[in-house]
Amino acid sequence: MSTDTLRRPTATVPADAKVTFARVVRAEWIKFRSLRSSVIMVIATVVLLAGLGLAFSAVLADNPPEAGTPAPPGGPSSLDPLGASLGGVNLAQLLIGTLGVLLVAGEYATGMIRSSLAAVPRRWPVLVGKIVVLAGVSLAVLVPTALLTFLGAQGVLGDEGISLGDDGVLRAVLGAAFYLAGVGVLGMAVGALLRNTAGAITTVVALLLVVPGVVSLLPERVSDAVSPYLPSNAGEAFMSISSNPDLLSPGAGLAVFVGWLVAVVGAAVVRLKRRDA
Amino acid sequence: MIDVTNLSKRYGDKVAVDDLTFQVKPGVVTGFLGPNGAGKSTTMRMVLGLDTPTSGSVTVGGRRYADHPAPLREVGALLEAKAVHTGRTARDHLLAMAATHGIGRRRVDEVIDLVGLREVAGKRAGGFSLGMGQRLGIAAALLGDPKVVMLDEPVNGLDPDGIRWIRDLLKGLAAEGRTVFVSSHLMSEMAQTAEHLIVVGKGRLIADVSVAEFVARAAHDTVRVRSPQATRLRDLLVGPDVTVTGGEPGLLEVTGLTREQIGDRAATAGLTLHELSTQQTSLEEAFMTLTRDAVEYTAEPTAAGRTAR
Ligand SMILES: Nc1ncnc2c1ncn2[C@@H]1O[C@H](COP(=O)(O)OP(=O)(O)O)[C@@H](O)[C@H]1O
Ligand SMILES: [Mg+2]
Repeated sequence: MSTDTLRRPTATVPADAKVTFARVVRAEWIKFRSLRSSVIMVIATVVLLAGLGLAFSAVLADNPPEAGTPAPPGGPSSLDPLGASLGGVNLAQLLIGTLGVLLVAGEYATGMIRSSLAAVPRRWPVLVGKIVVLAGVSLAVLVPTALLTFLGAQGVLGDEGISLGDDGVLRAVLGAAFYLAGVGVLGMAVGALLRNTAGAITTVVALLLVVPGVVSLLPERVSDAVSPYLPSNAGEAFMSISSNPDLLSPGAGLAVFVGWLVAVVGAAVVRLKRRDA
Repeated sequence: MIDVTNLSKRYGDKVAVDDLTFQVKPGVVTGFLGPNGAGKSTTMRMVLGLDTPTSGSVTVGGRRYADHPAPLREVGALLEAKAVHTGRTARDHLLAMAATHGIGRRRVDEVIDLVGLREVAGKRAGGFSLGMGQRLGIAAALLGDPKVVMLDEPVNGLDPDGIRWIRDLLKGLAAEGRTVFVSSHLMSEMAQTAEHLIVVGKGRLIADVSVAEFVARAAHDTVRVRSPQATRLRDLLVGPDVTVTGGEPGLLEVTGLTREQIGDRAATAGLTLHELSTQQTSLEEAFMTLTRDAVEYTAEPTAAGRTAR
């Protein structure tokens, strides 16, 4: 507790100390791993994605569906071998979307954002750095999870199973991991736009789960025109291998989903730059 | 060096900062003094670019804060509201802040020791007392070995030991040639720490003076006079720079004249005095007087409205 320590500070503050984007990403990584809640949420996402995928596959193995059987609520959109193994995506997206919201809105709730923006007053690197970290962690964890879950699920299904080498299957499995990472990013951007945890989580859930239902109730002409372009349906287009006429092609679905992310993240960056912290 | 030029900030119809212009110079502790709601915290947030001025500008070291490549080396700030994630340990908070500038673990440990948080550095900040939170904020402010140290009400929540520690720290930082800008709503606190004062009230600049000058200017000593002929004595004393008030019959409170001058005039006129004593105005009273004037000045329309009704 003396000021003497400050008289030899150049020994520990490097002369080239300054903000770079890579350093902001590193700082955001330190922030990410030093919060228990983020680590727990990532683990929970993995467990849910793998557990539900295997569980739905077991259900499918025991009860081969008759044509036209409706999918279980909260489960895969179709009970085919691929849909069942990716059946955890519907719930896992809520976890990772919530994690995205928490990582941003949590800084507003605690006041941490003022420290973050004081250290990086250009501001955009803070949000983009967070996105890089969450997307990176999500992909690093969820790509293997999705692949292993798929393989395990096909083991459960035995003769009913399909192969990773079949047409479009690898794309769909990797697509599921990409979709979940994207929902995390969406959560971050909505968190930055609304700065409020509860409001942002509600918005993400509404956008992914409620809006598609509401749109389907609209007159058919409107619903057919709008529905494929909603983020969840655009995601479904590159996570499935059935040629569903209600969905975009996988490539178009990916483009639309990425378009959503770019638009919402762009809006969040503009708002972050403009508004008082 | 902090340069504030015609700085204003409005939140809706609320004017928080009203056309402030002042400079904070290196080498001395500059106190930023004003009652609660005077606009001190808002001004400091604008220095860091956290809030955007409605008009006017503020620069640090000749540039906008955001234009510095290494902002934490330029300004280290402790903000009024807690600015720490409650779920993170003190050390992790500092490591993350430091990482944005490529500052390493050694400096983080150094500032942790400097503020005396070593034992609790591995604990989550959410469990910290107000005083520990202030120390963590000060550690963060010192991370970049900054040229400007700006602290918003740093003694809040500190015990007497902590207050003395802050005082010594600030003086030490100023002695090293840094710019030290520290806000408080307590004159007594500033009188012991600061050499220069920026005094604000209702968002406006009231004074930009050295502490010595402020004390001399503001602390008009009052002389208490008791006399059976108080009314005649009052007529003898009043003049352009002299105010005389009387709380009770036979008692006068005089400012603008010394005890000697009053005694001599009474003697010349042959008036009897029963008491003649100097009442020292405390610093706190002097500060209250100054800022009360500012408050009344801006509150005038409301008062007039009330009288008209
Ligand atoms: N974000 C804000 N929104 C609305 N009003 C604000 C905001 N920040 C401060 N104010 C108002 O501006 C005035 C000045 O506040 P502040 O800068 O905190 O004063 P001080 O730090 O001197 O106590 C107060 O009346 C306060 O209520
Ligand atoms: Mg304040």
